[in-house]
Amino acid sequence: MGMLRAAWLIARKDLIVEARSRELAYTTIFFAIACVLVFSFAFVREGHAAEGEAAGILWVALVFSGTLALGRAFERERQAETLRALLLAPVERAAIYLGKLIGLLALMACVEIILVPIVSFLFDAPIARAPWMLAALLATGTVGFAAVGTLLSAMLVRAHSRDVLLPILLYPIAVPVIIGGVRGTAALLAPEPNFAMAQAWLSMLVFFDAVFVTIALWMFQPVMGEQ
Amino acid sequence: MAFDFELVTAENVSRNFGRRRALTRVTLECRAGEIVGLFGPNGAGKSTLLGILSTLSRPSSGEVRYGGRTAGEIGEALRGKIGVLGHDLFLYADLTARENLQFFGRLYGVSNLEACISQALAHARLEARAGDRASVFSRGLRQRLALERALLHQPRLVLLDEPFTGLDDESTTLLIERLKTLRAQGAIVVMATHDFDSAEGIVDRAWCLVNGRATDLGPGPSSLRERYRIATREGRA
Repeated sequence: MGMLRAAWLIARKDLIVEARSRELAYTTIFFAIACVLVFSFAFVREGHAAEGEAAGILWVALVFSGTLALGRAFERERQAETLRALLLAPVERAAIYLGKLIGLLALMACVEIILVPIVSFLFDAPIARAPWMLAALLATGTVGFAAVGTLLSAMLVRAHSRDVLLPILLYPIAVPVIIGGVRGTAALLAPEPNFAMAQAWLSMLVFFDAVFVTIALWMFQPVMGEQ
Repeated sequence: MAFDFELVTAENVSRNFGRRRALTRVTLECRAGEIVGLFGPNGAGKSTLLGILSTLSRPSSGEVRYGGRTAGEIGEALRGKIGVLGHDLFLYADLTARENLQFFGRLYGVSNLEACISQALAHARLEARAGDRASVFSRGLRQRLALERALLHQPRLVLLDEPFTGLDDESTTLLIERLKTLRAQGAIVVMATHDFDSAEGIVDRAWCLVNGRATDLGPGPSSLRERYRIATREGRA
């Protein structure tokens, strides 16, 4: 079976399971909104948001809520040891990684669709100024972050303190993507937008995505080698 | 031509977990059309050996050959010829019985999948509950579904870890019949169990693992349980 078809089967299964349990969707969306609200209490004074904060707040909320989802990505596969069943299937191991990544990206996309208008409303962020560029920045940033996170989540699946270790390991490695996302989005949402700068950061994010996804696909087989 | 094999051999297989040795130079042979029983006290290494035979873990030393070739030489195609019923059942609780079978059937590239699923549900006697989520099934029902999941792709090597767990008398009888059918179809069945009464009439060969060492229980006039008692006494001595 082709790797992409196997990855799609695994992602589809994850999405069906999530649609039934709604466990991750509810927790990540609630956490992301709570995060943004806390920031709004700190940065909105007398109905006016501080300038230039929206991008950072949006990305902090996305990264924190994304970490929650990443922590559960492989945890579910441990419940009836279905991870072993996936590893026993005659498909490339990288397909398991890719399937998990696609499932997570779909979930994070849902969070972003809800979160971006809320951030725009609370912090007066002009998201309609260049919606496609903003969508591209969010998409590439999310892919890079989730690519690293999915691999680390798989590596930590048998670790006792995986919930603590995941953010500790993930954030330093994902820093280039987070910086790229924040700076690119900030350039776009600033009172004087700098489209050239946003474009440059978008190119950097595409490069990081290519590097991170390639390394993760290459590393997943040895990471999952022995169960 | 698709890969297939009729003989599985473990040669001097040892497996260490840190300083603890789970298996010590285990050598055994399993042929097509045979049901091989693995017996032994808790922690003797039965599940470890099944894990190695399934390719999920590797031996620390020694090797397992499938038709004369190692897992590394064969690759992914070998996994498509192995069916595993683990102590954990490898079922998604939020998927229905049918969806579980569909998912794994597609992953294994089973042809004529819907017919195979209908047949599997009939074997598990779950036709009426095909649309129920696995989470609402009792242990026995999940065990029956998990067995059919493991057999859906018609594997050559069938590895069963405690297959009689949670089954009532009728289901146990049906499982025994299912195992006999698999044997007649030429499958290699390796089964780890503590249920001597159920295994007595069906195993062609029996091995006893004690402290990671394998002893052939061999044929004999006495019952399987009696031969096992003698082997474990000697193994511990």
